[in-house]
Amino acid sequence: MNIFAAVGRVVLALLAETGKLALFAWVGVSHLLRPPFYWRQIGQQMLRIGYFSLPVVALTAFFTGGVLALQIYYGGDQFNSETIVATIVALGITRELGPVLGGLMVAGRASAAIAAELGTMRVTEQIDALSTLSTNPHKYLVVPRLMAAIFTLPLLVFIGDVIGIFGGFVVGTQSLDFNAGVYIKNTYDFLEYDDITSGLIKAAVFGFIIALMGCFHGFNSKGGAQGVGRATTNAVVTASIFILAANYVMTSLLFSS
Amino acid sequence: MEEAKLKLTDVHKRFGSKVVLNGIDLAVPKGKSVVVIGGSGTGKSVMLKSVLGIVKPDSGAIEVDGEDMLRVPAKRKEELLKKFGMLFQGGALFDSLPVWENVGFGLIQGQNMRRKEAKEIAIDTLAKVGMGAEVGELYPAELSGGMQKRVGLARAIATEPEIIFFDEPTTGLDPIMADVINDLIIERVQDLGATTLSITHDMASARKIADYIAMIYKGEIIWYGKKEDVDHSGNEYVDQFIHGRAEGPIQMEILKP
Repeated sequence: MNIFAAVGRVVLALLAETGKLALFAWVGVSHLLRPPFYWRQIGQQMLRIGYFSLPVVALTAFFTGGVLALQIYYGGDQFNSETIVATIVALGITRELGPVLGGLMVAGRASAAIAAELGTMRVTEQIDALSTLSTNPHKYLVVPRLMAAIFTLPLLVFIGDVIGIFGGFVVGTQSLDFNAGVYIKNTYDFLEYDDITSGLIKAAVFGFIIALMGCFHGFNSKGGAQGVGRATTNAVVTASIFILAANYVMTSLLFSS
Repeated sequence: MEEAKLKLTDVHKRFGSKVVLNGIDLAVPKGKSVVVIGGSGTGKSVMLKSVLGIVKPDSGAIEVDGEDMLRVPAKRKEELLKKFGMLFQGGALFDSLPVWENVGFGLIQGQNMRRKEAKEIAIDTLAKVGMGAEVGELYPAELSGGMQKRVGLARAIATEPEIIFFDEPTTGLDPIMADVINDLIIERVQDLGATTLSITHDMASARKIADYIAMIYKGEIIWYGKKEDVDHSGNEYVDQFIHGRAEGPIQMEILKP
């Protein structure tokens, strides 16, 4: 009986949390479409979430592109490798690894930072203070972060795509002795417009998830420093899981036809 | 009977099974200062947050100039909330903004005032709480506790609200700084002709800034009267509290066997 009660409690808590998250997301999206817009805050968040994540995303993409080239070369058909390596690196980076790894890296960096900042604002009553100053906390805090992440993640991932392909090119030409011109031609020939746009659509969704999780856990943090720490961890973990789950759903939707 | 600027009638609020407000009845006369005294966990902060819409009461009425804030349309409620200013216990200053922007926040975001104009008013308001223009360029983390309280007071009065809430205005300050804050509160409130509602357990502060004192206990107002009458209230709860005695009808949980 106790086991049923314990399981029931967990299920109820999970459902309640899911409901709270859905409601929070709905409020955020509804404010996303209605003025006033705090452009100064949106600009600041674009800088923090987008620009300052660039080194992390660039390094991740470069090494991933390089490793992918090596793995395909050593694990595949080495006679036809010059074509296969360039093609698979380009497709793998633009369709999957660019957006997913980029999203996960930004989740680790930005989701945590957002949750920690808003969590601290919550426990020090700064969010309550906003309400007393005729400012809607969702509009002032959540919307700029959502907007910034939705718009900057595709840009970051696009830059990551280019750097990732370049990483594969560097390894291919320097380490595997491929011809540079042939490598570029193979990349260009096999890469299609849809491969890039599908990755960028994914990136925009991942951006929404990253900002939403950071804001949700930060907004609902309680219990001082420990609560802020818990919010930060939960933001990164849930953002990462949602990114992987959303990636599966979007891949099946985008490529099923 | 004086005209009530703010009136709470039979306000109830519970969190789960814990009853926090158990039928609060309190009227704050126009232009007067009411101080609510009471121990920790008796519902003081929840009462203020209920008025400000940060916490939603389960039932009851909260009237401002005769309009029930719990029943007016959302737009009207936003208008009514513009009549309020609040000094938070911990200051609740926005640590990402310089002091002048904290003080001018309600003007910039709430009233869409130009930043330059808001800065001038913020500097003037800082002068009214005894702070120079150079403090305006500092960040809250660079200020002492007393200075943060004064900045919080400046922020609360910058928009010239009709009703000001003070949440533990002297907590955490040395007696001299506490008296300075009390004097500033009296002076600035008189300047504005505002109505004030304060919560505190500092009796020296209550005696100094109050016109009327109310005592809250277990979510109910158990005594209300002029501050001159507090020493002969005939209420044993009030007597125990104002004299700070461990023995009496108010039993701390920790003292129970």
